[in-house]
Amino acid sequence: MNIIKKLLLLVLAAPVVAMANEGLHLDKAPVNLNDKASLQRGAKTFVNYCLSCHSASYMRYNRLQDIGLTNDQIKDNLMFAADKVGETMTVAMRSKEAKVWFGAVPPDLTVIARSRGADYLYTYLRGFYRDDTRPTGWNNTVFDKVGMPHVLFGQQGEQVLHVEKHGEHETSKLVLAKPGTMTAPEYDAMVADLVNYLVYMGEPAQQTRMRLGVFVLLFLGFFFVVAYYLKKEFWKDVH
Amino acid sequence: MSSLTKLVGWIDARFPLTSNWKAHLSEYYAPKNFNFWYFFGSLALLVLVMQIITGIFLTMNYMPDASLNNSGVPVAFASVEYIMRDVPWGWLIRYMHSTGASAFFIVVYLHMMRGLMYGSYRKPRELLWIFGMLIYLALMAEAFMGYLLPWGQMSFWGAQVIINLFTAIPFVGPDISLWIRGDYVIGEATLNRFFAFHVIAVPLVLLGLVVAHVLALHEVGSNNPDGIEIKKNKDPVTHIPLDGIPFHPYYTVKDIVGVVVFLMVFSAIVFFAPDVGGYFLEANNFIPADPFKTPPHIAPVWYFTPFYAILRAVPPMFGSQFPGVVAMGVAVMILFFLPWLDRGNVKSIRYRGTVYKVWLGLFVISFIGLGVLGVLPVTPLYTIYSRIFSVIYFAFFFLMPWYTKIDKTKPEPARVTG
Repeated sequence: MNIIKKLLLLVLAAPVVAMANEGLHLDKAPVNLNDKASLQRGAKTFVNYCLSCHSASYMRYNRLQDIGLTNDQIKDNLMFAADKVGETMTVAMRSKEAKVWFGAVPPDLTVIARSRGADYLYTYLRGFYRDDTRPTGWNNTVFDKVGMPHVLFGQQGEQVLHVEKHGEHETSKLVLAKPGTMTAPEYDAMVADLVNYLVYMGEPAQQTRMRLGVFVLLFLGFFFVVAYYLKKEFWKDVH
Repeated sequence: MSSLTKLVGWIDARFPLTSNWKAHLSEYYAPKNFNFWYFFGSLALLVLVMQIITGIFLTMNYMPDASLNNSGVPVAFASVEYIMRDVPWGWLIRYMHSTGASAFFIVVYLHMMRGLMYGSYRKPRELLWIFGMLIYLALMAEAFMGYLLPWGQMSFWGAQVIINLFTAIPFVGPDISLWIRGDYVIGEATLNRFFAFHVIAVPLVLLGLVVAHVLALHEVGSNNPDGIEIKKNKDPVTHIPLDGIPFHPYYTVKDIVGVVVFLMVFSAIVFFAPDVGGYFLEANNFIPADPFKTPPHIAPVWYFTPFYAILRAVPPMFGSQFPGVVAMGVAVMILFFLPWLDRGNVKSIRYRGTVYKVWLGLFVISFIGLGVLGVLPVTPLYTIYSRIFSVIYFAFFFLMPWYTKIDKTKPEPARVTG
């Protein structure tokens, strides 16, 4: 039995080993899907700033009822590009033109939080800096040579990248060169709300899933007791 | 005579209902000393049924279509998200199916491990083992083809890597991979044929093999942790094995306990962590397939990684990857010959000597080690590890006729122990 235990440990340790060689440093995104106000603020930022170029073509507007909005609220405040509340969040920009303007079609963002992860998005959206060598004038700390310009620079202001050389070592940090309309903590909070929304949108059913899971496990726990004593009763006469 | 007895009598006159019930359940005598490792056969059956049922419901809404929709997304990819969002309970059915795929391999690997530990492949169970191995092969095909269907980046590039392996076969390789793909690149034709194989062809083969596996088992009788034949000690009057108990109700009620525990683990994954940190559902597979953008790191799903690591461990010879492909094929196929490689005079690990135990331990460590290495990117150090583990993996099989023979075994008991 001892060998089996050791092997189980090995199996459990495998993901830790696999995770260990991720290079990039990412800031932890403060995701909280129970915070409906944050999700609503995030949705507002999303439709105002992201949805002009990026679609969310699997997400229906009326699904936003999940985060505590009524159909009328959605229609009045969040729907700029669609007529019916049951439509998906598509974008008017043609992909051929987008390719000419940005060099690549802006990716659909419905499941972006699932492919990139919340921490990546949180760091990315706060990682834009001025770079005159780029056609857009912008570059990014986690996405080098990014095609997207900094859309939220009005709020965040303009950052520059300071690179310091210590012999072999090279450290870089972002410095705010020109302030925007928001202070740094305010901007971080806005991005946090947006990322929170993107995580929700990546899988709208996740809250339901976890709530239901508790009941399923409770039922199975009860069923286990019944099944265990049933087995014991039947096996009384086996020696 | 009650009406139920009458009905059963009516059926029995026309169909072997009662006789089959007796032969396979109520009068199939299984050894009474089954332990933890004996749950996984019935659990594999449970997962198979679950995969078929969830699969049927997924098929109702999934569309095997690689063309782009109005938003510029492949229809197949979009239809999976449609299932996740707009189909009532679609997310649950889809997660059960995706988790079920990994669960199937976990259960089957543990089931095979049981066979290795207690010598369940030895005479007279060689054919039973071969049917089991065929099931394992069919399962690999089923999982590989099913993984293409969501049409994400990993689906596409994973299939690309695996199908390209066939190109390494001398002379006929390129034609074979063209024949498998149905096109010069993975595309509509590939998706459609993989869909057909995944939902019809392979499941039919799988079901047939499972029936053959169970029939073969019930013909020869179950092995047990002591590796001795309970049919050698029968009651002189009733001819029932003294150490046997009827499968129903004893093992049916016991297996229910196993099923509940399994479902608890399964539900914990489905409801709380269906991605399992990217191991059951890979993050890159939430990006639609893009033939022009190769992901920097392509790794197959975890259940194929031991063999993938062996493939990468073998250096190319004469500028061809063929030796690696052969090694990978042999690594799977060698298992078929296990019944004839083992020359030990006992079946169960309980009565084997130290030599076999050490080899089995090394084998298990190598298999898991290869599995971990198959997920990781290639580095010089990892390649050395992969090579060491691969050598041990093959040595376990190729040296088996020798070390099982010289091993100092203990005497087997006449009757089963606790």
